[in-house]
This record gives sequence, structure tokens and C-alpha cells, in this order.
Amino acid sequence: MIQISNLSKYFDDFCAVDNVSFTIQPGEVLGFLGPNGAGKSTTMKIITGFLAPSSGDVSVLGHNVLKDPISAQLEIGYLPEGAPAYADMTVSDALTFIAQVRGFSGDELKRRIQNVVEKVELQSVLGRRVENLSKGYCRRLGIAQALIHDPKVLILDEPTDGLDPNQKHQVRELIRNLSKEKTVIISTHILEEVSAVCTRAMILSAGKVVFDGTPDDLAAKSDLHNAVRIRLQSSSQAILTELESLNEVQKVSQDDAGMITVFPINGKAILSAVNTVLHKYNSLVEELHVESGQLDDVFRKVTLNNNQARPVKQEQSA
Amino acid sequence: MSPINIILKRELSAYFATPVAYIFIVIFLMLSGVFTFYLGRFFEQGQASLVSFFNFIPWLYLVLVPAVSMRLWSEERRSGTIELLMTLPITTSQIVIGKFLAAWLFVGLALLLTFPLWLTVNYLGEPDNGVILAGYLGAWFMAGGFLSIGSCLSAATKNQIIAFIMTLVVCFLMIVSGFPIVQDVFSNWAPLWVVDGFATLSFLAHFEAISRGVIDLRDVIYFLVLIAAWLYATVLVVDMKKAD
Repeated sequence: MIQISNLSKYFDDFCAVDNVSFTIQPGEVLGFLGPNGAGKSTTMKIITGFLAPSSGDVSVLGHNVLKDPISAQLEIGYLPEGAPAYADMTVSDALTFIAQVRGFSGDELKRRIQNVVEKVELQSVLGRRVENLSKGYCRRLGIAQALIHDPKVLILDEPTDGLDPNQKHQVRELIRNLSKEKTVIISTHILEEVSAVCTRAMILSAGKVVFDGTPDDLAAKSDLHNAVRIRLQSSSQAILTELESLNEVQKVSQDDAGMITVFPINGKAILSAVNTVLHKYNSLVEELHVESGQLDDVFRKVTLNNNQARPVKQEQSA
Repeated sequence: MSPINIILKRELSAYFATPVAYIFIVIFLMLSGVFTFYLGRFFEQGQASLVSFFNFIPWLYLVLVPAVSMRLWSEERRSGTIELLMTLPITTSQIVIGKFLAAWLFVGLALLLTFPLWLTVNYLGEPDNGVILAGYLGAWFMAGGFLSIGSCLSAATKNQIIAFIMTLVVCFLMIVSGFPIVQDVFSNWAPLWVVDGFATLSFLAHFEAISRGVIDLRDVIYFLVLIAAWLYATVLVVDMKKAD
């Protein structure tokens, strides 16, 4: 479990994290979303004990990160932003180094390395130097070193950045499979990733939490949530007017390609009502589907609203 | 293995993973030969001792040791691996000490490889090997002093070149602080104890005292305290600057 209370971080006068509080339970996979510079990485750096917050408290599995970072760090596996690794080492040396620092030796060390190497498929590059690795392998090495001690808390900063679609899928599978009792935080720019792996989504903007809920809740905030898209063989103004006059319909629009979008009021289910109208006019339906909601849409809505000037550190009054 | 040992091993192998170590050792050995035999007039002196070698070694270290220490922290900060390292369950002091010891052992190895000089004087005459041993010890302690300064200044910047130059300047001041040029700056206006204080800070005075063959505990303590102080400063600087 991770508990964060009233966390703030200022870099000089710039407020990177602004009075953020939340708790993450074991088994939860939290997805941090937010525009660049929203404070995602900074929050992760504070949780892992790399940065000290300006104010507030962080505890990881009951260990206060500020007072006793080592105990917390023993429980945490961390992939820093950009997956840094020692360029002059081979992949297998790099993993051995991390495993040794984590206190493993002998057969146990070999077994652990073999285990993570298989998990993220690094077998083919074990003898290669890190500086010669592709971006994808570098990222996977970063994930491997974070998993080597089978941590209870896993913090991954952009784990799928730079991976190809197959590798992305593989890493998401990995995260889904390991998170039964683990507490996981990932940050990402990719919105589908949140619905693919996360049980909880949190959007940060200008250092504040502007959304905290399930990925479904997030989709439900979209105007398009439960909207019905239809393409008819021949549409008439009469159908559009009738659709628009339905009780639960907010508006109807038609794009140049003839695709009709029926927006519901407050995301209500309108498919059956729409269907009745279509039957009445005996229209031939070429295409029909219900939208779950565009995450991009919500993301923009939520983060742009909050784009006012960041608070400036208050002067201490005497 | 203790955390300090693991860090030490990684750092030491990092020197040898690139040509840096080999180039350093070759240049160090070449220059020490040139200084000793040509500039030090080893043969003309007609003495079976390594005095001419030890006379030049502070100046050789002045240029070469900052090249060893400059990457200690700058490289970690530039490549971002510092974040990986500092979120592992080890303390900053353990990392600082491990890195310093690796660099110190490496310079010590280069120093040991000058053993042909020692063989030469023993072949040519009958030197006082106790004095030579003391000279080597003194040189190694001095290298430790240089490296601890270099470690601290390397932590202060992401740029290795800046780390190199800053270290060179500070080490130069540490060497010459007992010299008349520096003394004259102070002697006109500062009280005597300030002038003497600066003089006793000089690397050279303590190094020469040891390399004369008299291992005075005070000279050894001087170097150990100096190393400890600069390493402590390194811990502070690393914690302050790691996230920049």
C-alpha cells in the first residue's frame, strides 16, 4: 500500500506537484496520465525516495520514505524515466550488478536473473553492451532490473515508450499478470494503455489531480460516451429531425462521409430508441455502433480546463 | 558482498570496460619515465634513489588524477543512471565511498606499475628501500587527496570537462599553498597564523615529509582527514544536485 498525503514539490518557484493526496491499495494498477510536465515523474521520484518533497508525507508499505528510504526502496522496483542503464556494461553484467545490490548471490542470483530475462525476453542480447542496445531492449532491461527482487511495489515511468506494438502488448501482458497482490504505478501518454492494464486512472495536470477513477469512469466523461454512430444507405432530413427530437438525445450531427452521430444526454443508453426510429423509416443500416467514449477527448477536456497559471510558492510571512 | 564492495567492483570494471584505463596507465608510465630520467636527471645525479621520480609525481598527478575523477559523478548525472543508483537500497555514503575507493585503487595500480623504476635503482645501486616504500605510500595518499577533491567537484557538474578543470585548479592551489607566491599574497596583511595555516594545508609539505622516509602519524592523519572531509562534502553535493 502506498499512502501519499499533502505532497508538494517546488523547484525554486515552480510548483511541480501541488498538495496531492491519495492512497493505492495492493492489487491496484494505477495509471498516471497527464500532459508533459504535469508532475507524474516528479511524484514517482518522490515515492521512490530519489527526490525529497517540499512538504507532505509518503509511506510505502508502512515505511516512511522520507525517514527510512532504504526500507521502502527494498520493497520497490523502479523503472526511471528514459530507462537509464550503465552504457559500458553488458546486459548480463548490468542485471548481476542490480541483483547483487539487492542482496542476492550464488544460485539464487542466477535463478533470479534467468527468471526476469525470460519474462522480458532478453536472452538474445545478454552479452551485448548496453550502449549498443535498441531503445526497445533498453526499456526491457529497465523493466527486468525493476522486477529482479520480485518487489511488492512496482513503479514504472513510461514502461512502453519506444517499444513496437508487439513489445507493447507483451509488456502490458506482463504488468497484467503480475499485479495480483502487487501495488503498481505506471505513467503513460498512451490513453488506451490505461484501459488495457490499469484498474484505476489518475490524471495530473499542473501538479494537481484532476481526475481519479476507473478507466470506465474516465470514458464515461466523454461527450461521445454511449453515442450511437450510424451509416444509412440513404438518409433523409426527416430521420435526422426525428432522431434529434428523441427525449434522451442531445444533438445529432452528420459528417461529410454521411456518418450520423447521435449524442445522448448525460451518456444515457439510446440505442433502442434510435433503433425504433430507424425501423419506422425502414432505413437500410450499413454500419451501426455504440461509442464507449474517446479518451483523448476527455483528456483534453480535463487537462485544458486546468491550464491556469500554477500557484507560486507563498512567501513566508514573518 | 557489502554494498560498498559491489559499487567498488562495478566502478573498477567500468574503468577497464573502455580504453580509458589503458590509456591512463600507458601515459602515466611514459610521463613518469620521461620526468624521472630526462627532467629529473636521474643518471646525472648519481644517486640510487627515486627522489627525482617522487619530486615530479605531484605535478604528474595534478594533470592525470582529475582525468580519473572527472567521470565519477558527472557521467552518472549526465546519463541519468544516478536515478537508478540512488533508488537502490543503498545509502549515498556507501556509493560515494565505493566510487572513491575504486578510483583510489585504480590510481594505486598505475603507481604499482612503475615498479621497473624501483628495479632499475636496485640494479644500479643500493637504495634505501624503506624510503622508497614511504615515497610510494605518500604518493598514494596524495592521490587519494586529489581524488576526493575530484569526486566532490565531479558531483557538482554534469560536464566532465568542467569537473576536470575545476579539480585541476583546486588541486593546484592545494599544492602551491605552501609556496612563496601564495604566501606573499597573505603575508602583507594577514596574521601569521593564517599564513601558517595555509602553508600547513599544502599537499606538498606533507607528501615530502612522508617521502623522505619519515612516516609521521600527523602527515598520514592530514591526508585521511582531508579525504574524509572532501568525501563528506561529496555526499552533501550529491544529495543536493542529484535531481538537477
